[in-house]
Amino acid sequence: MLKTLLSGDYPRSRPLTVVLLLMFLCLALGPFLFPGTRAFSTLGMICVFVIVVASYDLMLGYTHIVSFAHTMFFGIGAYGVAMTMDAMGKGFAPIFIGLGASLLVSLLLALLLGLLSLRVKAIFFALVTLAVAFAFLSLVTQLYHITGGEDGLRVRVPRELGPAFKPFDGELRGFSITTFLTGLFTDPGNLGEVWRESVFKARITGRDLMYYITFFVTVGVFLFLLRLVNSPFGRVLQAIRENEFRAQALGYRTVFYRTAVVIISALLATLAGVLFALINRYVNPENTLNFELMVFILLMCVIGGMGTLYGSVVGAVLFLLAQNYLQDVLKWLGGGLEPGSLLAELVGPERWLLWFGLLFVLSVYFFPAGIVGQLRLWAGRSSSRKQGNGDDTTAAGEQESGNKGKDGPVVS
Amino acid sequence: MASPTAVLETRDLTIQFGGHVAVNRVSCAFQAGTLTAIVGPNGAGKTTWFNLISGQLRASAGSVHLFGEDITDLGVAARADKGLGRAFQLTNLFPDLSALENVRLAVASRHRIGHVFWQMASKRRDISDRAAEYLRQVNMLHRADDAVANLSHGDQRKLEVALMLALEPTVFMFDEPTAGMSVDEVPVILDLIAQIKQREDKVVLLVEHKMDVVRSLADRIVVLHNGELVADGEPTEVIASPIVQEAYLGVAAEAEESA
Ligand SMILES: Nc1ncnc2c1ncn2[C@@H]1O[C@H](COP(=O)(O)OP(=O)(O)OP(=O)(O)O)[C@@H](O)[C@H]1O
Ligand SMILES: [Mg+2]
Repeated sequence: MLKTLLSGDYPRSRPLTVVLLLMFLCLALGPFLFPGTRAFSTLGMICVFVIVVASYDLMLGYTHIVSFAHTMFFGIGAYGVAMTMDAMGKGFAPIFIGLGASLLVSLLLALLLGLLSLRVKAIFFALVTLAVAFAFLSLVTQLYHITGGEDGLRVRVPRELGPAFKPFDGELRGFSITTFLTGLFTDPGNLGEVWRESVFKARITGRDLMYYITFFVTVGVFLFLLRLVNSPFGRVLQAIRENEFRAQALGYRTVFYRTAVVIISALLATLAGVLFALINRYVNPENTLNFELMVFILLMCVIGGMGTLYGSVVGAVLFLLAQNYLQDVLKWLGGGLEPGSLLAELVGPERWLLWFGLLFVLSVYFFPAGIVGQLRLWAGRSSSRKQGNGDDTTAAGEQESGNKGKDGPVVS
Repeated sequence: MASPTAVLETRDLTIQFGGHVAVNRVSCAFQAGTLTAIVGPNGAGKTTWFNLISGQLRASAGSVHLFGEDITDLGVAARADKGLGRAFQLTNLFPDLSALENVRLAVASRHRIGHVFWQMASKRRDISDRAAEYLRQVNMLHRADDAVANLSHGDQRKLEVALMLALEPTVFMFDEPTAGMSVDEVPVILDLIAQIKQREDKVVLLVEHKMDVVRSLADRIVVLHNGELVADGEPTEVIASPIVQEAYLGVAAEAEESA
């Protein structure tokens, strides 16, 4: 059962399994573990970006296609639904029409890009995607009467997905992990009190419904991608990545496979964009189309471990936590420092990107294969040591066949 | 000249690299059930001719025909699909994948399941079993799970042949299949080639420097020299002809000695 769900592609590292299970539980029970709007929006963003990053990994990690147009497809989804709802008003019909329309637009654009990817060298493909993404961004900014320009669009979701909708009469109890952990450290003698403080009233609203829709779609998409990369189709992708020349000589039309990957990846990013618009209820160029966002997606993919899919979960969680909470940590660190001093400047909350950059450099230095890749490498080593044969390569051979994240994309 | 029974035919096939004509107006037809040895000194254009036939290179002039159909404009994959199988002179495999996975890719292509994305690849026992069968044919079953990069040169050569077998092509193009193999590995491959030759509907092209191999296997010998087809005929005839004695055999004898 589990094997079928995960398509036989297990985390293959005990620490990684634990981490992934924890992340899964936190996301599954999120609204009941982390009170507050900020935590809630972080949870939603994590789900959305797991789709975005996993679908990007399909291209980058599994097929070695470097594209900078992923945010464009994300934006097409987000704007597609936002604009349809802007034009047609609240309701479920506009959501589905917006979804359908943006999927169609993405399909056509991805088809064009995909066919191009066969004709030009990888580096030119990357540049073309960059140009197309910028063109799309300026188009969205220019057409302000329908896109809202720089100001963006509010998304008025149907009542059933909003905070005012209370599907259940009763109240549920949540248990705040953060309160509990803080209490555990600051007031360890008073566990009973800490426990009581941690319990909070959770009222199910339409927003929670929207969150759970997003969560389940994310789980579905993730399992779909796991299946895809472990299917005969996924094997061909792997073959193309390793030796495209030979894959062709075996009769595989590599054009078809690359185009299919570009399209699948684009459609999933579009789906993520739709979910983003509905859960964030506000879209603008900055939160959907920006080049900075594209770089963030790339970072999440690389930090987690390219070509591992699980890496997209780890990468998205770590990155979004850093993005949302590193500033708090810095503020807290800087609290005791003399204002205006160099040190205080350095740990200023607005410096979070600097510190994140440092963390990124360190993580790439210590985990060149990404976090997931590295954990698997260690697991492989310790298991082959246990077998007492000292031969690392045998354990890696067949097992690691679905995971070649360690050698980066070939831009040539 | 175009004989109706030819499976494969090249007509005035030519390719130029800059000013250098590597294959020069080569016309040749191959019948079903025959094994043709292609000989010629290093740099004669044998591999380049193969590349023109299987599509890795585009002809500057001339055409390639398979079952009478002009396939000159088709890509590599399409030609492979139509039955042109190729074992490369320089081993050309998927180095990080296991030997079995390499062959499985060829079998999957043959069975046209490359687009199947809803099934687990590991669930396709049929594909794995067939792949294992081809590995067995080249005496490689015991190395099925080893990554190709860890295989010896000889084993990689055998795997190269297994990949072509797995495609079940109509035309088998062997480019010096036994080069670099150890003495005890060579007969395995030669037996395989002899078996393929028995099959009435297959065409075998064999580039080979070792004259004893050529003599024992070939129904016909084609000699290339400086990109041109200089002799074509019965093995005994061709080997005896002065042009071959001069153009090729001297060089081949040296090559054999140094190998
Ligand atoms: N892509 C290419 N660009 C330029 N020249 C090439 C290219 N491919 C082959 N040649 C040239 O064409 C000629 C024929 O080469 P080819 O590899 O076909 O010889 P061969 O008969 O297979 O020799 P060998 O017995 O050494 O394998 C050589 O002079 C080679 O340098
Ligand atoms: Mg050659």
